[in-house]
Amino acid sequence: MSRLALLALAPLVVGGPAAAQVMDHAAMPGMVMPGDPPKAPAKPKAATHQHSAPASPAASAPESMPGMSMPPASPPAAAGETTGQDPAGPPALEIPHGPPPPAPTDRAADLYFAPAAMAAARVQLQREHGAATTWKVMANLAEYQARSGADGYRWDGQAWFGGDIHRLVLKSEGEGARGEGVEAAELQALYSRAVGVYTDVQVGLRQDLEPHARTYATVGFETLLPYWFDLEGAAFLSDRGELLGRLEGLYDLRLTNRLILQPRVELNFAAQDTAATRTGSGLSNAELGLRLRYEIRREFAPYVGVSWDRKLGRTADYARADGGDAETTSLVVGVRAFF
Amino acid sequence: MAINGTMPGPLLRLKEGQAVRISVTNDLAEDTSIHWHGLLTPSHMDGVPGLSFPGIKPGETFVYDFGLKQSGTYWYHSHSGLQEPMGHLAPIIIDPAGPDPVAYDREHMVVLSDYSFMHPHVIFKRLKQQSGLFNHQKQTLAGLVAGRDQTLQERREWAKMLMDPTDISDITGAVMTFLVNGHGPGDNWTGLFAPGERVRLRFINAAAQMIFNVRIPGLKMTVVAADGQNVQPVEVDEFQIGNAETYDVIVQPTQDQAFTLVAEAVDRSGMARATLAPRPGMVAPVPPLRGRPLANMRDMGMDMSAMSGMGGADHAAGAKPAPGMAPPRARGSDAMGDMGGMTMSMRDGQNAPQVKLGPGVQMITPMPMDRTGEPGQGLESVGHRVLVYKDLIALEPGPDLRMPTRALDIRLTGNMERFMWGFDGLAFNETTKPYTFEKGERVRVRLVNDTMMAHPIHLHGHFFELTHGPAGHGPRKHTVIVAPGGEVSWDFTAEPGDWAFHCHMLYHMHAGMFQVFSVRPLDGAAA
Repeated sequence: MSRLALLALAPLVVGGPAAAQVMDHAAMPGMVMPGDPPKAPAKPKAATHQHSAPASPAASAPESMPGMSMPPASPPAAAGETTGQDPAGPPALEIPHGPPPPAPTDRAADLYFAPAAMAAARVQLQREHGAATTWKVMANLAEYQARSGADGYRWDGQAWFGGDIHRLVLKSEGEGARGEGVEAAELQALYSRAVGVYTDVQVGLRQDLEPHARTYATVGFETLLPYWFDLEGAAFLSDRGELLGRLEGLYDLRLTNRLILQPRVELNFAAQDTAATRTGSGLSNAELGLRLRYEIRREFAPYVGVSWDRKLGRTADYARADGGDAETTSLVVGVRAFF
Repeated sequence: MAINGTMPGPLLRLKEGQAVRISVTNDLAEDTSIHWHGLLTPSHMDGVPGLSFPGIKPGETFVYDFGLKQSGTYWYHSHSGLQEPMGHLAPIIIDPAGPDPVAYDREHMVVLSDYSFMHPHVIFKRLKQQSGLFNHQKQTLAGLVAGRDQTLQERREWAKMLMDPTDISDITGAVMTFLVNGHGPGDNWTGLFAPGERVRLRFINAAAQMIFNVRIPGLKMTVVAADGQNVQPVEVDEFQIGNAETYDVIVQPTQDQAFTLVAEAVDRSGMARATLAPRPGMVAPVPPLRGRPLANMRDMGMDMSAMSGMGGADHAAGAKPAPGMAPPRARGSDAMGDMGGMTMSMRDGQNAPQVKLGPGVQMITPMPMDRTGEPGQGLESVGHRVLVYKDLIALEPGPDLRMPTRALDIRLTGNMERFMWGFDGLAFNETTKPYTFEKGERVRVRLVNDTMMAHPIHLHGHFFELTHGPAGHGPRKHTVIVAPGGEVSWDFTAEPGDWAFHCHMLYHMHAGMFQVFSVRPLDGAAA
């Protein structure tokens, strides 16, 4: 940002002082149109003359106006068309939406420049006008969970890379407890395609690393519902034939422009009992969270909150049988960030 | 990024009728270009890489060579990537060959720009990541409790449609500093005058993304030219200037005192500020930022107040107040209620059959209105006279007075959630063919804004004439703001060549709101 004052132009005196442009609103063309069709043709011209700086030698006859190499204008015809807009006059002509000429087979610049150089530049032109690829890496949850028993931690994040329609999406979530290491961890690699104004569908693979190595084929969606509810869901079919499902919903309630309260729900489903993974059929667990974040920047927001996790049905039975709790309530502190 | 070491680059002061030859040497590490904004050059001198020429490689020199067929205030800037937001911009004045119909004793350039220390590519990425990221003036629960902004009912209705009425500007004062001639608000750039002089201010909005509302408290401004072309003088207190538009105004301060020139961001997230003063070092009070406007139903192309018996109309019809002087809208007047049992689809493809209804099209304006007689967003009720497009009447008749023989509708489409922008539902990289015209063909183009943001649309290599006003006296412009939910019609005479046509909010253009006007047959063979 240079401070050079390049604009200190010398005063340029043209024509006479103050009086050069006298306003005469009453004579404004366009405001005198209706009412007097026979005389209307003359009026715009007259008005124009009035505006052209009376008594200023600098502003001589408008016909000598430079830069406007029009054919000697024919205001009468022009004004005649104006009356078409006059409610009293003939209706304005309907201009037909005729077909456009066929697409050209040549390119104007190729007459002057090497077609090869133009072809390369055209690729760049496309890239710079809609074909940009961008990316986002985001930690939705990255938190420490304080609770009775061993405290834990949890993450839930995703990254995408691509254009507006086609994207590669990576997702990961998991949790662990102090002293017990990672208890659950999964990674998804998905192809995402924008199919609606607010909806993407995603297909790909999910790999569980903990507690049991499992590979799933995945199909899911992300969408924005009316009232700005975020919803995503997926179905997972494992390499052993187990079918799981997941729904996540959240809402950002802006208390202020930086302080945001986010209720969040995550529901996991299973189509079958799988003793090996300690999962019962039906709704296997539900997590309700309420997190209050402060957006120091939109990209970086520490938060505090509470998370309530409840295992249900046979899943709860498995947990109790293993000596664990079916229900956990945690106070959480973490950060939501993206870059 | 700078031209000859400065931002803005050096003023080119030229004279109508001259043949100019300008050598541009690229000292950057990347390709660059210069587009002569508003100048009627041959297509291959227009400076759009990949369309009019190959661009200028690092270390190369390109010689532009064209004649000046016009006079007025213009500017030049890079048309490569996002170089313009980094400061690759500069003013042009072309003095008329004959006497100037505008009399003035002194003149100043006022180049408005929006500079960010965040790299434009990072800004663009952020907008793709979260389109409202830079808006720190969203509606909040605190605002609702305090009785500000929309009522709960309005908020529910807008949220149901996923429309954010605070989405006035994509990029805001949160990451931008607004400059006058390269100087920030604290620098207090000062233009001098002697009391009693007629001072011509040549405004250029060279900002990449910000629309400004310009006023000089205490002074009337007489608009004498728009986009370089003379108009019949019209006196206003404030005008809105879209990206790439230019306005020449005359002010005549008679007192021996300073005046503050305010160019307020349309979303009121900041301002550019300068001073007009008889002597350097003087200052005048700087008015505080006014409250940010909210988009309303008209911006959605749903003119509820125009429907009889709907109730909720904000004020009675009848004598229309002067632009800018409307009484403030009553809070809560933007609710739809049950709409009398009527349903209005916000995305009915039948309203615009040429639009490809993909993820990039959030809405199709159900009832677009000609809003060129209305003040720009946020200026409806500022309590003084505001310029509207319909005030602009060309001083001289246009060069081509024929009636158009063909009409063409172009829809401005977008998805604010995904930060996707295009024409007729397509980003430029998705298009397969340009808009085509015959050489010399006179066409009426109707631009319909199917988004809730204003878009300043620019056509290269031509002036078009807005269709209001006495025939032949439509103002000649190269760029026009199409208000949200609104439409603008203009006539133009097609000049041979391939011409860029785009939104001059550069981040919208970069997202794909760009197309080509191809006019055939071309003139002759290679020069």
